[in-house]
Amino acid sequence: MITFTLNNQTQSYSGDPQMPLLWYLRDAAGLTGTKYGCGMALCGACTVHIDGDATRSCRLPMAAVADKRITTIEGLDEKNAHPVQIAWAENDVPQCGYCQSGQMMQAAALLSANPSPTDEEIEQSMSGNICRCGTYPRIKKAIKAAAGSEKA
Amino acid sequence: MTTHSPYRRAFLKQVATGTGLTLGLTLLPKSTAVAAAQSADSHLAPNVFIAVTADGTVEITCHRSEMGQQIKTAITQIIADELDADWQRVVTLQADGDKKYGDQNTDGSRSVRRNLARLQMAGATAALLLKQAAAKGWQVNAEDCECKDHKVVHTPSGKRVDFADIVAVAATLPLPEEGLVKPKARQDWRYVGKAVRSVDMEKIISGTTTFGQDMAVENMLYAVIQRPPVMFTQPESVDDKQTKNIAGVVKVLQMPTASAPANFAPLGGVAVLADNTWSAMQGADALVVTWSKNTHNTYNSEAEKKTLIETAAADGEIVRQRGDASAALKKAQKTVSATYYAPLLAQAPMEPPAALAKVSNDTAEIWTSTQNPQATQAIVAEVLKIPPENVTVHVTLLGGGFGRKAKPDFAAEAAWLAREAGRPVKVIWRREDDIQHGFYHTVSAQHIQAGLDSKGNTVAWKHNTVFPTISSTFSTEANSPSSGELRLGFIDNPFDIPNLQLEKGKAENHVRIGWLRSVANVYHAYAIHTFADELAYAAGVDSKAYLQQLIGKPRHIDLAKEGAEYDNYGDPIEDYPIDTGRLLAVLEKATAMADWENRKKQQRHLGVAAHRSFLSYVATVVEVDVDKDGNWAIPNAYICIDAGTVVNPDHVKAQCEGGAIYGLSCAIGEISAQDGAISQTNFHNYQVARIQHAPKNIEVHIVDSNAPPGGVGEPPTPPFAPALANAIFAATGQRIHELPIPLKLTV
Ligand code: FES
Ligand code: FES
Repeated sequence: MITFTLNNQTQSYSGDPQMPLLWYLRDAAGLTGTKYGCGMALCGACTVHIDGDATRSCRLPMAAVADKRITTIEGLDEKNAHPVQIAWAENDVPQCGYCQSGQMMQAAALLSANPSPTDEEIEQSMSGNICRCGTYPRIKKAIKAAAGSEKA
Repeated sequence: MTTHSPYRRAFLKQVATGTGLTLGLTLLPKSTAVAAAQSADSHLAPNVFIAVTADGTVEITCHRSEMGQQIKTAITQIIADELDADWQRVVTLQADGDKKYGDQNTDGSRSVRRNLARLQMAGATAALLLKQAAAKGWQVNAEDCECKDHKVVHTPSGKRVDFADIVAVAATLPLPEEGLVKPKARQDWRYVGKAVRSVDMEKIISGTTTFGQDMAVENMLYAVIQRPPVMFTQPESVDDKQTKNIAGVVKVLQMPTASAPANFAPLGGVAVLADNTWSAMQGADALVVTWSKNTHNTYNSEAEKKTLIETAAADGEIVRQRGDASAALKKAQKTVSATYYAPLLAQAPMEPPAALAKVSNDTAEIWTSTQNPQATQAIVAEVLKIPPENVTVHVTLLGGGFGRKAKPDFAAEAAWLAREAGRPVKVIWRREDDIQHGFYHTVSAQHIQAGLDSKGNTVAWKHNTVFPTISSTFSTEANSPSSGELRLGFIDNPFDIPNLQLEKGKAENHVRIGWLRSVANVYHAYAIHTFADELAYAAGVDSKAYLQQLIGKPRHIDLAKEGAEYDNYGDPIEDYPIDTGRLLAVLEKATAMADWENRKKQQRHLGVAAHRSFLSYVATVVEVDVDKDGNWAIPNAYICIDAGTVVNPDHVKAQCEGGAIYGLSCAIGEISAQDGAISQTNFHNYQVARIQHAPKNIEVHIVDSNAPPGGVGEPPTPPFAPALANAIFAATGQRIHELPIPLKLTV
């Protein structure tokens, strides 16, 4: 059995240690904000924070989350008012929305490591997150807006 | 149920006598009928799109599927506007699949263009009933009343009453005669034409939306299917020993075999059912299946490419003719010809297909991300052999659709498995399933020849288009482009060339062919506009100026006069003419935005294309930078769209941005087959546009227009690839005669 913190709550797990975190989140914990898009760490839809770092949950076995702090989109901010979430809404970023949990988690991690990223740094950090709706220009704009706001 | 009876009786009587509204509103919605039972007489539901509840909440039902185009928001804007409702007191519901709504097939960029007037009428009907109810109470004339901010106001006296306080009376009134219902005048619009934020925004940013992949019900099994690698082959042997050893795997089931034509039926294969997704995925991977062979096993993309190109170079079957192109070509001062090839593509919506089914003896309940809920009812009914009206289809949000989710084979799979398993089943398509077992955007080859006179004018144009047709998915006989596909940017060629001959050629299909965002417009616009640019260079004329010259004077094109079959996207040509004036206007604007005239001075490399599709006009200018190693990037794209009347300019802008980037993906992606099986599997070998490939900056201009609404979701896609190809030529002198465009050009 392993224990870990999920969105600030202690949890334990005793199933298949090889099961990727993504499926624990979606099927067992009922946190479906974290999405499946490729299962191969190619698209970023499943991005969560592990001890604050953006991580693809589709390739992260449960064994690797022992004693870790996991944050999903549902736990990013109690009031859903993280600067990234605010900037996403204000710039009307989402189209279908499917990729956006992953985009926001990636962007939030980027900003906490680098509060004022350049265009190139944004591209570099976000290059693993596919959006088939093509919201990239607005993602960039929103990240800059969030970077400009205080909390970031 | 009958507490609503006075109104309901009146309503049904009107329907019976034919005096009711002709809005396809033939029945009270089930949901509102049920709600009415709980809320006594206080519930106003004049049609299937609107209900006003006892507390005055306006419930608006969106009957089209939401896949990112923001139709839920648009429909809410349209109806809330007629009621002048307070946005905070409006909720938007998603309709189940039901004929009572009329057409629900969310493709063809027609949700707004086919529903704007109809929904304005629906909203105005509810508004009139509320005004009549208030007027009755005040003993005044309803004509002297107006809806203002969720209240009815009697203009002469200034008296006002909240919707909540008159719903009960309004619900007892008979439906007004259609002639009495007057939608608002344009200048009075409050929400339509404004950049209103998406109604789903809060849920999306908090990760609490529900897509088909997210659905779950009690006692549900998760299914992953190993489908035949080659279309219509079947398992010859199945070894599931390892699969059954995997913890969580509950059942292994062999799906029924599929046969031609494909339709929307399941593809067959072997399904692994488990109590979680991961076990089902592992179980499917662990299956050892040997597959039968059929004629499709010989399908190879390389060989097909040769065949298609040869067919395109030969004479085709003439589908439109003006003058004598062959004779004019012989007499021409100069001739130019080129062949364009574009590969298969997968729509690859970010959410792979998924469906949950719960089945009893003779009913089925489905939750799925479908673009086409009524077709979903039909195919599920067919698979289960029950009547379609016994199938309830709940439409979840769609994580993108792009045409893939208009073909609900995934829902039929779930229904069949749920019946066999005796438990609810959610079918999850892995990304690999999506890439390898799709309904593909077809592969195509086109050959164009043109003749120029001594002044450089194009006097002859001969264009042959060859591709496996979408019709082959529905008929085993179909082996040449259908008129439905030819109408998409081919037969409606707008160029003013005296001798024009358009032809088509035969091609066999070996995979399921389906539609993808803007469909045949993608490859037709690519070939036509890349070739137009080639002609400009051949004539020694500026590309934009030459394109203007090819389009010719502002005029309405009458294809019927040339004997061409054209359905104008299903809308009347009188309302939506092929108007070259509008095409020239978007071209002018987009090039002005790009500072086209000064590009050479500024050493910027631009390419342009302008294309009419889905009754809208889009011109795109792409700017390209190429470094010394051949890597290219797009610093800027400039897009001008004329979509007639628009409901939400910010969302139209978003569709232009996204449609352009989707067009970019179409230019760099490739699906191919080897021995009948698709070679690509996931995003490492199926290239789609990522943030670093996308234009760094996209400027969009929306033409201010009172014209009837055109399509928006698809028209921005087709001009992108040719504008990009032309910009690459401007930068490098390399012509893109073949897609995909490599991310690194050979220099
Ligand atoms: S699902 Fe994990 S990166 Fe795509
Ligand atoms: S918003 Fe649809 S995939 Fe990104």
